[in-house]
Amino acid sequence: MARNKEALVLLLDVGPSMHSVLSEIERVCSMLVQKKLIYSKHDEVGIVLFGTEDTNNELTKEVGGYQHVVVLRNSKVVDGDIVETLQQLPRGTTDGDFLDAVIVGMDMLIKKFGETNKGKKRLCLITNARCPIKESYEGTKEEQVTTIAKQMTANGMKMESIILRGKLSQDANKEIMDENDRLLNIFSKETSTRLLYVENPISLFGALRTRNITPVTVFRGDLELSSKLRIKVMVYKKTAEEKFPTLKKYSDKAPPNDKFATHEVKIDYEYKSSEDPDTVVPPDQRIKGYAYGPQIVPISSAEWEAVKFKPEKGIKLLGFTDSSNVFRHHYMKDVYVFLPEPGNTRAMLAVSAVARAMKEMNKVAILRCVWRQRQANAVIGVLTPNLSDTENIPDSFYLNVLPFAEDVREFQFPSFSNFPASWQPNTQQMEAAANLIKTLDLAPHEQEEVLRPDFTPNPVLERFYHYLELKSKDPYVEVPPLDDTLKKITEPDADLLLQNKNVIDSFCRSFELKGNPLKKSRRLLGGKRSFLNDEEVKGNITAQPANLIENASLKVEKIGDLTPIQDFEAMISRRDSPDWVVQAITEMSKKIFYMVEDSHEGDNYPKALECLVVLRKGCILEQEPKQFNDFLKRLCNFCKEKDLSSFCEYLASKELTLISKTEAIDSEVTDDEARRFLVKSEPKVD
Amino acid sequence: MASGGSDESDDTGTTANGDRFAVNHDPSWNTKGVRLGAHWHIRKRREKKDLYLKREEKMDVDVDDIFKDEEDDAEAQLSLLENDSTKEYVVYLVDASPKMFNTACPAEEEHQKAETHFHIAISCISETLKTQIINRSYDQVAICFFNTREKKNLQDLNSVFVFNVPEREFLDRSTARLIKEFDQLEESFSKIIGSQHGIVSGTRENSLYNAIWVAQALLRKGSAKTVDKRILLFTNDDDPFRSIKGAVKSDMTRMTLQRAKDTQDLGISIELLPLSHLNEVFNVSQFYADLIGLEGDDLVDFMPSAGNKLEDMKDQLRKRMFTKRIVKKLKFMIVNGISIELNSYALIRPTVPGAITWLDSVTNRPLKSERTFICADTGALVEESTRRFHPYKNQNITFSMKQLSEIKRVSTGHLHLLGFKPLSCLRDYYNFKTSTFLYPSDEGTDSSMCIFIALHRSMIQLNRFAVAFSGSSSRPQLVALIAQEEIIQSGCQIEPPGMHMIYLPYSDDIRLVEERYSDTSGMVIKASDDQIKKAADLIKRVDLKDFSVCQFTNPALQRHYAVLQALALEEDDIPEIKDETLPDEEGLARPGVVRALEEFKTSVYGDNYDEENEHGIGKSTEASKKRKANAEFASKECENYDWGELADTGKLKDLTVVELKYYLTAHNLPVSGKKEAIISRILTHMGK
Repeated sequence: MARNKEALVLLLDVGPSMHSVLSEIERVCSMLVQKKLIYSKHDEVGIVLFGTEDTNNELTKEVGGYQHVVVLRNSKVVDGDIVETLQQLPRGTTDGDFLDAVIVGMDMLIKKFGETNKGKKRLCLITNARCPIKESYEGTKEEQVTTIAKQMTANGMKMESIILRGKLSQDANKEIMDENDRLLNIFSKETSTRLLYVENPISLFGALRTRNITPVTVFRGDLELSSKLRIKVMVYKKTAEEKFPTLKKYSDKAPPNDKFATHEVKIDYEYKSSEDPDTVVPPDQRIKGYAYGPQIVPISSAEWEAVKFKPEKGIKLLGFTDSSNVFRHHYMKDVYVFLPEPGNTRAMLAVSAVARAMKEMNKVAILRCVWRQRQANAVIGVLTPNLSDTENIPDSFYLNVLPFAEDVREFQFPSFSNFPASWQPNTQQMEAAANLIKTLDLAPHEQEEVLRPDFTPNPVLERFYHYLELKSKDPYVEVPPLDDTLKKITEPDADLLLQNKNVIDSFCRSFELKGNPLKKSRRLLGGKRSFLNDEEVKGNITAQPANLIENASLKVEKIGDLTPIQDFEAMISRRDSPDWVVQAITEMSKKIFYMVEDSHEGDNYPKALECLVVLRKGCILEQEPKQFNDFLKRLCNFCKEKDLSSFCEYLASKELTLISKTEAIDSEVTDDEARRFLVKSEPKVD
Repeated sequence: MASGGSDESDDTGTTANGDRFAVNHDPSWNTKGVRLGAHWHIRKRREKKDLYLKREEKMDVDVDDIFKDEEDDAEAQLSLLENDSTKEYVVYLVDASPKMFNTACPAEEEHQKAETHFHIAISCISETLKTQIINRSYDQVAICFFNTREKKNLQDLNSVFVFNVPEREFLDRSTARLIKEFDQLEESFSKIIGSQHGIVSGTRENSLYNAIWVAQALLRKGSAKTVDKRILLFTNDDDPFRSIKGAVKSDMTRMTLQRAKDTQDLGISIELLPLSHLNEVFNVSQFYADLIGLEGDDLVDFMPSAGNKLEDMKDQLRKRMFTKRIVKKLKFMIVNGISIELNSYALIRPTVPGAITWLDSVTNRPLKSERTFICADTGALVEESTRRFHPYKNQNITFSMKQLSEIKRVSTGHLHLLGFKPLSCLRDYYNFKTSTFLYPSDEGTDSSMCIFIALHRSMIQLNRFAVAFSGSSSRPQLVALIAQEEIIQSGCQIEPPGMHMIYLPYSDDIRLVEERYSDTSGMVIKASDDQIKKAADLIKRVDLKDFSVCQFTNPALQRHYAVLQALALEEDDIPEIKDETLPDEEGLARPGVVRALEEFKTSVYGDNYDEENEHGIGKSTEASKKRKANAEFASKECENYDWGELADTGKLKDLTVVELKYYLTAHNLPVSGKKEAIISRILTHMGK
C-alpha cells in the first residue's frame, strides 16, 4: 500500500433543500476526485448519499434502520467512472439524517480497513444540517453523538464537515439548526474535525480541500529566545503557491501505431565557445563568472565553497518591536507557521504565553532563521502571534520573511499634497469615495466575509481540471467559458452593485470623467525647469510636483507661450530627427524676439533672459555656437533700432555673453570678444 | 592649444565680482548647501526614472542559473540603450600640492596612524570606486591630480595629471585594474607624478584653472540631459593664490572663478571636499565659496556637511542600484466603467549577486548556451513544440498553446475592484510573494487622479483595504490594495504615497497545518495570566526601539561582493564582513534581561527546564530508533569483512550491494548511487 494513500468517504446530502446547490457540489466533488487521479492515484474514495428516496446500505440489511441512505459507491481506488458518477448525483426526495450517513460511512471504513491506515481515513460531510436527526433509542442525541465521536477517534478517522448556511439555506427552522450545530460541535471537539460554515457557492468550492499535501517540517528544533531559554518548535509552510501544472512538450514524431511512445520532448543544453560555435565545452570545463565592472571574474565552485557565507543552523530572537515598525508590504515570501512541539506541554505554554503577551502589547518579534545546515543565507523574519480560539488547537506563530537593506529600492514619488488644486478631491468627492468604500463592503457585520482567501478557489486551476476532464472525453472540445460561480471571483458582484446603485451613481457623478489630461495640465504648473532639474528631483521631490511627468515621455513639436523653456529643452533633445535642433533654436529665437518687442517697460525682460540663457546652453551643448552668436547680435541690433537698448543693458548687467571658443570649439568668438560684447556702452560688434 | 590663461583679457573689469547669474536664477543652486550635505545620503536612496526601458521577456533559460531574475536582463538592456539611461560621470580632482602631504591629523585619535590629507583623499576615492563598480557599474569616472610635477592630459596643460590604466579612456567605466593600480598609487606617486606647487609668483601658471579646464573637457562627453556630471574637488588649501600678490592675484582669481562658472553653466556641478587641519580650519570664504557658489546660511552649514560627506563616502553600502522603472501599466476598473490608469513599480525585490556568465575555464572566454529539442521517441531534432500534454486517466491529453492561454484568461488584463474590507481581515498568512507598488500614471486625467487621491485618503481614514482581481496573464489572482501614506523623515521620503498591491493566496495555496496537528487528547493548554505577564516583562526588556527593515544588510550578498572584489583585484585576503543579523549577545546578557528571562522560564517550565529540554532532545522518534539499530547492525556486519584486502585484490565488485552498504553505513557515508559509485566511494574513503 502506498504510504500516503488516503481513504475518503464523501457523505453528501441530496435532500430537497439541497437541490439548489447540488450542481456546485457535483463540481467540487468531481474536481476532488480528478485531482486525486492526477496527484494521488492510489487513494480510495467512497460515496454515501442521504436524503435519497431509496435505501441501500449494509447496515440496514444487518441491523435495520438507516433509511434513505444510499451507498452509491463502495470505497475503491479512484477511476474515471467515479468522476462521472459524481457529476450526475440523483436528487433526493426526503430530508436526510446526517448522523445516519456518518455511521454508514464509518462502518464502511471500519469494515474495509479495521484498525489499519490510521490517520488516513477521512469522512467528508456536506450538508445544510437543517433537518432534524432522529431521536435515539437510548440516551440523548448528545450522548449518542459523543459515543460516535469517540469511536471515530479510536479508529483514527478524521472528519470534515461543510455546513451550508446563509443564502444557501434560507427560511429554515432555527431551532433545528441550532441543535444540529451543537451536535456537530461535539464532533469538532472530540475528534479531528474541521467544521466549516459556508454561505455562498464560491466558498463551497474553496472549503473542500481538493488536494491533500502532507506538510513537511522546514525546521524542527529550538526557537532561541536567548542562549539560556529555548522553546521546542516545529516550523511548517503555511502558504505555498499551488502552481499551474507543468505540462510536457508534445512531440508527434513517433509513428502513430507506436503504443509505447512517450511523445515527450527532451531539452538539451549545450555550451559553446563564443568564438568557435562548433566546439562544445563539456560541463567540467565550465566555470561561473560574475561581472565586476566591465570585467567578468571567474569563480570555481570549489573556491566559492571555501569562502562563501556559512551560517549556523538555528532560529534566534533578535528582539521585539512595535508592530507598527514593520510594514505589511515588506512581507517577502511564503508564510511559515511555528507550532510548539506536539506533546510538549511546556513548549506549548511558552509559545502561548509569548504569543498572548505579544498580542496584548501589539508587538512582533524579529528573528534570524537558518532552517538548515549549509543554507546559503540567513533570513530575517517577523514573528506574529496566531492565537487559537478552539480548544484542541494550541497557540502558534506566523513568520514572514523581511527584506534586507539591499532589497529595498528607494524610489521617490511626488507627494500628493503638492499636486495642484484641480487634482485634489473636494469635500463632496471625499464623501462620495467614503460612501463607496463603506457600501462595497465585503466583510459586512455578522455575515460571512466574502472572498476570504481561505475559501476562495483558484479559478484558473478549476477551469483547467474541468477542461482536462472534458478533453479526456472529447479531444476536440473548446475551452468552456468561465462559469458564473467562478466569475464572482474575477468580477464585482452584480447584486452588490445593484443594491448600492444610488451610492455608485453619486460616486460617478462626483467625479466627472471628462477631466483634463494630466500631460497638458502639467504645463500650467511647470514653473521651473532647467537643465539641472533632475538634480532637483533627486534632492527634494516633494517640492516639485511639476516633475511628475518626465520630459522624455513627451514629443514636443512646438514651443508654446506658457512654458517655452521646457518645450525648448524637450524639443532640442529629441533624437528622432536631427532637424529638431535647428527648429528648436529657430523657434526659440522667434519667441525671444517677440517677448522683447512685446515688452512693456521691461516686464518681459526677465523671462526673455531666462529663455536666452537656455538657448545659450542648448547651443553650447548641441555645438551650434554660431546660431546663438548670430542671433544675439541680431537681437541687439534690433533692440537699438527699436529703441529698446534697455534690454541690452539688462543683458549686460546679467553677464550674458556670446559663446566663446573655449565653450564650444566651433565658435569664432574668442573669450575676450565674448566678454566685451554688451559690456561696453557702445557694443558695436560685427 | 595654448595654455588657458593666455586667452583671457587683462582687463579685469567690474563684472568679475558682480552678480553671478547662475547663483541667482538657477533654482537648483539655491539649495546647494543643503543638497551638499544631504547629497550622498540621498544618492544612496534615489534612483532615476526611465520611461524607455520596458520589462524584457527572459530569452535564454539557463538551467543552472538560480540567481537569475528579470532585473538582470534589464541591466544588460541598460548597456544597449546607453544613450537613454541616466548615469553619472564624475571627475575626481585631487590637489597634489606638497601641503597635501603634510601629516594631517597626527593627534586626532591615538590609535590612528598619522595620515596625510592626500592619503585621506585617495582612500576615500578608492572606497567609492569599489562601491560604485558594484552599485552603478555603468557610471564613468576619471581621476585627475593637479599641482603635479608631471603633466598628462589631452590639452597638455601644466601641473595636471590624469591617472589612467590601459584599455580605458580617461573618463570611462572603472575597471578592476584601475582600482588596483590606484590603490598602489600612493607609494609610487612621487616617482611617477610628483608633487609641486602649481601656482607660484613669477609665473602665470594657474594649476587650479588648468585642472577645472581639464575636468570640464573630460566631461564634454555625453549629453547633460541624460548624464549627471560632477567634479569632486579634494583640497586642503583654502587660498590657492596665497603666494601671489596684487593685480596678478585678483586677475588669476577672477579667471579661475569664471572658468568654474562656465563649467557650471554647462550643467557640470562642482563639489568641494575640503580637508581641514586640526589647528587650522579650512576657510571656505577665503576663495572656494565663490567658486562653488555658496552664500548666506549655506556657507555656515557647508563645513559640517562636507565633513559628513567625506564620512559617507568611506562608508557606503555595496548595493546594486536599480533604475526606477514601470513594471507594468495597469487600468484599475472602479465601478460603472470608471477607471484609473496606474503604473506599478517594484519597490522591494530580493537582490541577488548578479547574473552568472558561464566561462570556459581554459580560456576564460564567455560561453554561449544553446538549447535543442529532441524527440524522446525518435531522437530526432525538433522545433520547439507548440503543443503540450498532461497524462490523465491513462491517456495523454494534449493542449495547444492557445487553449492554455485561454484557460488562464479568466479576466481582462486589468485590475477589477471587487470591494473593500477592514484591515483586520488581512491576516498575516495572506502572503506568498513580494508586493508591488502602485502610483497613478500621467496618462490619466485630473479627475482620475482625483479619484485615486479620494480613495487613497478615505481608505486610510476608514482603515480599509480594497480587494481587487488582477487579471495578469501569468497568474490571475486576488490582490489586496493597501493605501500607503507618505512618510517623510528628516527631509527624506521613507515611504512614498500610493498603494501597495499584496498578492493574496487562494484556498489551494493555504495549508491547514494547525488543524492537522490539533490535539484531541485534551492536552492543549493556553498560558495563564501570570505566564503572559512574565512574557510581557520579557518583551519589554528585549525591545528594538527604532527597528527598520533596512538596518540589516544581507550577509551572504555582502560576502559575495567582498569575495568578488578580492578576486578581481587579486587581493590576498577577503575583507571580513560583519554579520548584522546575529543577535545582540551583550544586550541579552544584561542583568535586567537575564532576570526577566529567568522569571519567564520559571513560570513556564518550573524548576526543571533543563530536565525537560534534555528529555526533548533525548526523545527519539521511531524512525530514528530504526536508523540507529540499522547502523549498529551494519557496523557489526561490517567487521566480518577484510575490506582492505578485498579492495587490494579488486574483489569488492564480487560483493553484493547490500554487503557494500554495510561499509558505507558503518562509516557514515552516503549509501546512494550505483554499485560502481559505491565501490569508488569506499575506495576513496580507504584512501586507495
